Amino acid sequence: MKVLLGIGGADDSIKALQKTIDRATATNDELTVAIVENPNADRTPNEVEDAVQKYLDEAKLSATIRHVEGDPGSRLVDIAETEGYEEIVLGGGQTSPMGKIQIGQIAEFVLLNSHKTVTLVR
Amino acid sequence: MSRDRRYPEEVSGPFESPPLSFIDRTDREMKLTPYDGSKEDKEALVQMYLDFDPSDRAQGIPPGQESRIRTWLDTILSDECLNVIAWDDQTVAGHATLVPDGDAYELAIFVLQAYQEAGIGTYLIKSLLGYGAANDVRKVWLTVERWNRPAVGLYKKVGFETSNAESFELEMAIRLHKDPT
Repeated sequence: MKVLLGIGGADDSIKALQKTIDRATATNDELTVAIVENPNADRTPNEVEDAVQKYLDEAKLSATIRHVEGDPGSRLVDIAETEGYEEIVLGGGQTSPMGKIQIGQIAEFVLLNSHKTVTLVR
Repeated sequence: MSRDRRYPEEVSGPFESPPLSFIDRTDREMKLTPYDGSKEDKEALVQMYLDFDPSDRAQGIPPGQESRIRTWLDTILSDECLNVIAWDDQTVAGHATLVPDGDAYELAIFVLQAYQEAGIGTYLIKSLLGYGAANDVRKVWLTVERWNRPAVGLYKKVGFETSNAESFELEMAIRLHKDPT
């Protein structure tokens, strides 16, 4: 399956990255990692790319890494729909001090607008 | 989670601090007490969350399985958190908690289904805010699903104002003390 993983630099993105790489290793999914600009994130796009490369090397998996500029949600939906992806994978949200799951604005946009299957990783 | 939140300038309250008793709208005598750190209080809370209707969960809490309930309670019953329990004799009918988040606290309140719509939530949240104010809590925020009109109404009634309406969930905030000058 052709999978588009969209990640910013928040903790839930890193978790989604690890789980998606594990899954792609098991299923032979064709994986593209799209690094988006998330102003609320703790890591810069270059730090995210280093993390992506590190996990891919550890898993001995090859994947396309690309940087996506502009509005993250709409760009991810656009790329998935115009480039033949079957699934968009995103981080499953941040957790408040109380433990409440909070879905970010990128995930909200993608969920409501994508005509492709969307997976939120928990 | 550390982005800036807006809080009302105006201080709400005063709210009465627990312990206190009241009669609910169905004539049950209810007691409100701060969580005392005892095993008994904790086990009574575990039982309430085991009995909790899953359809009343919000944003993933309370969790659904006993092991997850216990892990979650370990977090929110820790020493830095403030908890108030609503009792019907030995049974926990409701629970409200304040969890530290930087210079503010996040609030959540849960009332067991059999005890809803009896005015217990109002007493419970007011006494938690009283308990917080007595412990120098200045600012409190919460999130609520925007379709949950009864909850939003309750929060507004005690003084919460909407602080962010742009997310999936509505964010509301209240002030209990002025900022130090």
